[in-house]
Formats: sequence, C-alpha cells, structure tokens
Amino acid sequence: MRRPSFTRICLTHAGLIVVTIAVLYPVLWVLKMALSPGQAFSLDPNPIPTEVTLDHFSAVIGTTTSTGAWLFGRQLLNSLIVAGLTSVVGICLATTAGYAMSRWSFPGRDAGLRVFLITQMFPGVVMAIPLYILLDELALLDSLMGLSLVYATTAIPFCTWNMKGYFDTIPIELEEAARMDGAGRWTIFWTIVLPLARPALVVTGLFSFMTAWNEFILAATFMNDETAFTLPVVLQSYVGDYGTEWGHFAAGAIVVSLPVMLLFFALQRHLVAGLTAGSVKG
Amino acid sequence: MASRPPSMRAKPLRWLILMLWLLCTTAHAQDLTLWHAYRGAERSTLENLLEEYSALDNGTKVIPRAIPYDGFNSKLEAAIPRGHGPDLFIAAHERLASWRSLGLVRQNPEPLTDVPESVEQALFHDDAHHGVPLAFKTLALFYNRDQLKEPPRTTEALLAFARSEKARSRFGLAYQATEPYFHAPWMHGFGGELLKDGAIELNTHGAIQALSFARSLITEGLIPEEPTAALVTQLFNDGSVSLVINGPWFLGEIDPDISVGVAPLPLISAAGRHARPYLTVEAVQISASTDHAQAAWRLSTWLAERDQAIKRALQGRQSVATLSAYTDPSVASDPILSAFKAQLEHALPMSTDPAMAASWEPLARAIRRVMRGAHSPEAALNAAQSEFEVVTSPPPPPADPVPYMIAAAAAVLALISWLVRVIWRQRDAIRSHRHAYQWIGPATLAMAVLVIVPFVVGAAVSLFAHRDGTWTFVGLTHFLDILLARDWPLTSALSFWFTLAVTVGWTAANVAAHVSIGVGLAMLLRAPWLQLKGVYRVLLILPWAIPNYITALIWKGMFHQQFGAINALLALGGVEPVSWFSQFSTAFAANLITNTWLGFPFMMVVTLGALQAIPSDLEAAADIDGATPWQRFTLVTWPLLKPALLPAVILGSIWTFNMFNIIYLVSAGEPDGGTEILISEAYRWAFTRGHRYGYAAAYAVLIFGVLVMYSKATDKFLSRKTA
Repeated sequence: MRRPSFTRICLTHAGLIVVTIAVLYPVLWVLKMALSPGQAFSLDPNPIPTEVTLDHFSAVIGTTTSTGAWLFGRQLLNSLIVAGLTSVVGICLATTAGYAMSRWSFPGRDAGLRVFLITQMFPGVVMAIPLYILLDELALLDSLMGLSLVYATTAIPFCTWNMKGYFDTIPIELEEAARMDGAGRWTIFWTIVLPLARPALVVTGLFSFMTAWNEFILAATFMNDETAFTLPVVLQSYVGDYGTEWGHFAAGAIVVSLPVMLLFFALQRHLVAGLTAGSVKG
Repeated sequence: MASRPPSMRAKPLRWLILMLWLLCTTAHAQDLTLWHAYRGAERSTLENLLEEYSALDNGTKVIPRAIPYDGFNSKLEAAIPRGHGPDLFIAAHERLASWRSLGLVRQNPEPLTDVPESVEQALFHDDAHHGVPLAFKTLALFYNRDQLKEPPRTTEALLAFARSEKARSRFGLAYQATEPYFHAPWMHGFGGELLKDGAIELNTHGAIQALSFARSLITEGLIPEEPTAALVTQLFNDGSVSLVINGPWFLGEIDPDISVGVAPLPLISAAGRHARPYLTVEAVQISASTDHAQAAWRLSTWLAERDQAIKRALQGRQSVATLSAYTDPSVASDPILSAFKAQLEHALPMSTDPAMAASWEPLARAIRRVMRGAHSPEAALNAAQSEFEVVTSPPPPPADPVPYMIAAAAAVLALISWLVRVIWRQRDAIRSHRHAYQWIGPATLAMAVLVIVPFVVGAAVSLFAHRDGTWTFVGLTHFLDILLARDWPLTSALSFWFTLAVTVGWTAANVAAHVSIGVGLAMLLRAPWLQLKGVYRVLLILPWAIPNYITALIWKGMFHQQFGAINALLALGGVEPVSWFSQFSTAFAANLITNTWLGFPFMMVVTLGALQAIPSDLEAAADIDGATPWQRFTLVTWPLLKPALLPAVILGSIWTFNMFNIIYLVSAGEPDGGTEILISEAYRWAFTRGHRYGYAAAYAVLIFGVLVMYSKATDKFLSRKTA
C-alpha cells in the first residue's frame, strides 16, 4: 500500500473522532447517571458528572441473598453460562449447517436456507406463551440449559447465513487438494476450512453471545428464582411500576456491557488477522 | 489419560458436576412462595416480616421471590395455569378482572376488616372480594417548603401562586400533564368520571371542562411542555419549580437537600369539588393453583394486621391500608403518611373493568392533541369516544369450525403428498447427499422444535377472538377486518395499510443508514496505517453493547423540546426549537436517528469480518492502475463485499421491520399513532386495547406474510449467489 499523505491521516482521524464523539455522547450520560448520587434520570445537556460516587456500582455489584451469599456473582455466572452455551451451541450448529449449505447442492438446500430466514420473521409477541408450555413439557423450564437452547435457535439463522456467506468465499480448490490426499469431510472441515473462516466465526460468536447476553423478557418468564436470573433480568428489576432507579440501572448497564467490550477487544485481533497477512503478501 | 494423577482427573469431574448442578437449578418445594415486585425499603421490610412469620411456631415457611415488574404479569399468566405459579402474590388491583377471567385468583373466604371503604371497593369484583389490601397509592401535591410556607388548598390559590412564579420566570407547577393517570384528578374533580352506570363515556361535559383547564395551564406558560417523569423530577430538584403533582414513589427521587412537604390535591374552585386522583390498591392475592389456600390466607391477614402495618408504614414508607395503624402515634404524627391518608378521602378506586384499560389510549391521544393545541377539547374527546367504541366493539360472531377443519386437513394432506412426491422424484440425489443432511440435521431439528412449533401454535390463536377470558372461534374474520380496513378509513393511523407503509419506509431508511455508516466506518478502520484502530473499534461498538432500554430513553430525553440537547445544539446554529414528537416527519426522524445510532455497529462488525475475505492485492492492483479511492471502492471492494453483506442486510431489514423497542420507547407512536409500526400495533392490540390476543395474533401472521413476500423478492439476489 502507498504511504498516505499527512493531510489524509489527519482527515481520517478527524472524521473518526467526530463520529466517536457523537456515538459516545449518550453513553457518557449513562456514565454520568451511574456516577452521580440519587436515582433521577438526568436531562442536563452537560454529560460530565458534577459529583462523583461509586455507591450505585457497589449497590449493584454487592447484592446478596437473604443467607448472605453473593447474589450478583451468581447472576453474573448465570449470564456467562447462558451466553457461553448459546455461543457454543449456536456456532456448532450454524457452522456445520452453513458449511453443508455452502458446499453441497442437495435437494432442499434452497428451501432450507429460506426457511431459516423465514423463522426470523416470526414476531416474538405470539411465541412467549407457547414456548413456555413447550419448555415445561420438555422439562427445560427454569433451567439455564433450556434458556440457552431458546436463545441459540433465535441466533442460528443469522449465524448459518453468515457462515455460509463466508464459506462461499473460500476457494474450493484448497479442499480438493486435501481430498486427493485422502482426507475425510470432517478432517477437511476441521483442519482447513474452519481456521480460514476465523473472522466469520468471531462475528458469529459475538452475535450469539449478544443475543443471549441482553435478553430479559424470556429469561424473566422462564426463570423463577433470583439465583437463577441472568443480569438483564436483574437490570430490568430496577424499573418499577411507577418509577425507575436510574442510578442503579445506569451502573448496571455499564457493568453488563463491560464483558461484551472485553470480549470484542479480545476477539477483534481475529477480525484483522487476515488483513495483516494480506498486506505482508501485497 | 490413564497416566494422569488422580487429583488431575477429579478436578474436571468436579467442575462438570458443578456445571450440571448450575444447569439444573430448579425451585425446591417449599411451604409458601410469594411473588412481589417491591424494591428498596418496601422490599426489605416485607422480607423481614416474612422471616419473622416463618420463625413463628405455626409450621409455615415463606419464600419471597422478587420478580421484575416488567415481566410480572406475563409470568403470572404463564405460570399459574401450568401449576408453576406462587401460592400468593402482591400486585396492584387494576388487573383483578383479567386475573379473575383467566382463573388466576381466589375469592376471600372471610370479609375484610379494618380497611377504608374505598380500598374495600377496589377489591370487589364479581360479587366478592379478592385479596387482602396491604397499601394504597395515589397522587398528591408535593411542595418545596423553603419556597412555600403553606401549600395551596384551592386551584385559585394554586393559580395565583403559579402566576407569581411565572413572573419570576419559573414554572408554577409541574406534573405529567399528558398522561391520563396524572390528568385524572382534574377530570374527576370537574365531574368527568369515565365510568357512569356501567358505560364508559369519554366526552362528558366535565371531561371537556377539565381538559380546557389543563390546556390553559400550558397556554399561560404555568407548566412545562412535554412534561416527562424525568423532567418533573429534574425541575423540582434543581429548584425551578416548587409544586409537583406526583405519587409516593417520587419521594425516592427527590434530592435529600430539599425540604419537601406533601399535601392533598387542591379543591377545584370552578367546580367546587376536590381534585380526585385514582386510587390503586396493592393487595396480597391467593393464587388459584395453590394447595395451601388456608395457610396463604392466614399469612395475608397477618401481613395486614396492625403491628405489621405499622412496621410497613414506618420502615417501608408505605401508605398502609390498615385503618387502625393510623392511631399509632408515630404514624399519626408523620406528615407524609398523614397527607396520603387525607388524599384517600378524595380518591377514586381505579376500575378493574377491562374496557377501562382500553379507554386509556384514546384518552391519552385526546389529551396530547389538546395540550399541543391541535384540537379543541370537545373535538378531541369526541374523536376519542369513537375510537374507544371501535376498539371495544363486540367480538365478531362465532364461525362454524367444520369447514375450516376440512380445509386444514386437506391442506395438510396436500402438503404431505407434495413432500412425498418431491422426495420420491429426487430420491437418488437425496441418497447420494446423505452426509449433507447429517450436517444440517441438528440445526434443523432445533429450529423445528423451538421456533416453528411455538409459532404455529401462536398463529392458530388468530382464528379465535378473546374477550374477558372467553375464546370464540371466528375463523378468518380478524384477517378480513384488518385487510379490508372495516373499522377505520384506509388513511387512518390505525389502518393496517397506513401502518404497513410507515413500516416499509422505516425499514428502508434504517437499513440504508446502517449499511452506509457501517461500511463507511469499516473502510476507514481497515486502513493499515491507521493508529489507535483498536480503541476506535471498541468505542464504536458501545451502542450495541449497552442495553438499549436506557440508551433509547436517553435519546428521547435529547429530543425534548424545551430541555433536550439536540434543540440546544440547533439553537447554536440559530434554528428555532423543534417540537420533535408533534409532527410525523420529525417524530419519524427521531426514531430513525436513535435506531441508526443503535444499529450501525452491527453492520460495521459484519463488514469488518467480510472485508477479510477480500484479497488486498486486488485493491493494490487498482491503486497501481491509478484508480481514485472512490473508484477503487465502487469498482473493486463493493462488488466483492456485497455477497458477504447480503445476509446481514436481509436479516437486518427483517429485524428492523420488527424493531418494537425503539418505537415504543422513543416516539411511542406520536403524533396520534402515526409513527407506530406493525409490530407495535400488534402489541397494542394484545396488551393495551382490551387484550384482543386473537386480533394481535392476526397482525403477527400478516407481518409474517409481508416478510415472506419480501424474502421472495430478494430471492433473485440470493439464487445468483448460490448458483
């Protein structure tokens, strides 16, 4: 690549900084509410807190059960388990299905792709009660496993489509060579295709994780005990019938989004791995 | 493996057991389970009392469960009929009729004692009392004691004070004037009660007078415009208003430095009657599914007894519903508890009639129209009355299910024979691709069980009409009503076709914005020479990472006419303040801006991933050939990027089509339901217009139909790719 001019670097940074400020402005408000004393919703255009306290954070993180066990820790663990399971189940089912749909033109493939897409069109309003009954019949009610399965099925269509789209761009010649050497389908998939599909796996995994991480309606309906709640349910419980504890809600919102940011920060190197390899080559 | 020392082997096993245990946490059978949605002091007082009760030597142990208010009712409706409900639950009384019709609650075995009359009235339904009242909530007048020695006792005094405040360029009064619940005290005070002799009338003389009175508060500049809960709190806390109409929950939001007093709402001088707010009663209800009804009743009455009521009043700061508690010296001398008790004399129990819930939306719309000066009170209320009549019109006549069953059976048979024929014709191809079916099998099975089955069940509901707990089979009537716009003119905001047009516009505008911003940023962020890439990337996904419930409300606050950051920014450029939610175009824009802010990071992340599949030597070659960056993008990058982005774009448009949260939280359909999209209409039919679940399900099926047609239209692009 050519070395860009100094003005181009400056302009790019200026543009990105303007966008970042616009993006961060509402976020700073969340931070302000989380750090300011009181439970009021701030309308002041100034997003810098005038008084700083960590009370909301300690109240949100320090919740305990009546027996003194650390409730927030348990709920964080629940959330991690549900989101983790959802990602694992989502990725496993979606990569295999996506790969099959990308490589083999079997009867029913196009119909299958379309049905996966169509399931995204079912409005959730009509599904909560039937799902409740179904999970009850499958003895999966009030279990983190049942919740993860439901989340995974809502994430699978996007994940499958995304993986298929990416597999389509991987040249088939690579696999054919391995096939000549006598490698089986599974070996080819595992050792050749998956490592090449890393950027798509990152996007897919992140998406499944987010689907599970932020959902609360189904979680609140399916789980009974406070120790089985996930963090979004806890967060939503700061919203009352009449008023909302905005200080706690804002602190909780920040705590909930931190793991996602950490995850993205850790994973994003895989989003650029291909690029650095390419530029060395170029 | 076998060579590993035993301790190493035991560890994963223990982890596995721990994980399995965590996965299978189920509720243990206990004596009594009680669900509530209390927070803060109310919650801790209740929990302490329940612990005290469990320690009493009567063999009953109580397990309290705090459920988020938002999911409380749907959870009750799902759990109790399936036998997973609590033994008792604490909730406000206004859903009593709907619980009763769904068979969720029981009648009281004994009469209530030591309870104010209006509270007792609230719990009376179907010739019986339901539940034991613990506390009540009603609006009252809050005042800043440093600014006012005596709160105004009449509206005349209130107006005089408000005008003197206005002369000091302050607001005289703040309350959520556009919400029916907050407008109700005036309405009832002027004699405009909605429910008279079992029929609901929205456009009575009293209601018109009350609305004119409220409008005059705005035109005189005595109260702020677009008064949201947050704004009211903020104005009181920063000292720009000294009088606020609000409920007991407001106490928790007031700055501790402010010396606050509470007084009953004033006498309306023009009508000679007291302003009458609604009364909501929080009662313990005994679940229909409990096996311990007697123990549950004993616990309920114990919680309402004088000693416990005093503790709830003093520690939990509840306005308790036990009369004798107010003879306790510390309760009697508490100015705030006494003020709410005094307000109780002039409070109207919220009706449990389901038609009442359905009157809320037309009434709210009428109030907003008048408050922003679009209609006269009379015209607005007449329109509200006719909207209300259509919404609560009697269900369609029952249909004969036999022809439908025959048609359904024929359709199933045709489908099966078609499938068999297709499979038979391609049997060789299917056999040779056996491996492919194994690969897609798990995903297909999961989708079939957990997505398709619930949807088919949910969709079948659209063939039934639901009124007050009874279901009648009506066949395709709902679909015909909706599609032929039988209840509204085609151009009304409530017509399906109008809403469809808005929804399509909403989707197209959003997807265009998300893709262009997402791709633009991803292109900027991939430049190899760019510093701080990682920091930008992580900061730019923040809107996706933070729960949108709070950020959407922050955006709504930013669009506030008088106090919002966006109008403040526009003012710097000399633009007049925009009233964002009073015109369709600006309300639509507000929704669009909010959802774009929320939606672009997803497109950006997908693009960053997809860009990795593009070999950089192609772009380098374009550079060498002397292409401008724009040519390089349009001729090389974009054509290669398109196929990988297509799934995200198609799915993104489907999600946006059904993006309920933003519409609900930002514009809430304003103005006059114009910015409502199909999914939010379906939600309104299900939950705010008299629980017409069948009608709502028909909407959901139609949404599905529209999207299937859309996916047909996009097939052309997809088949080009899979060919």
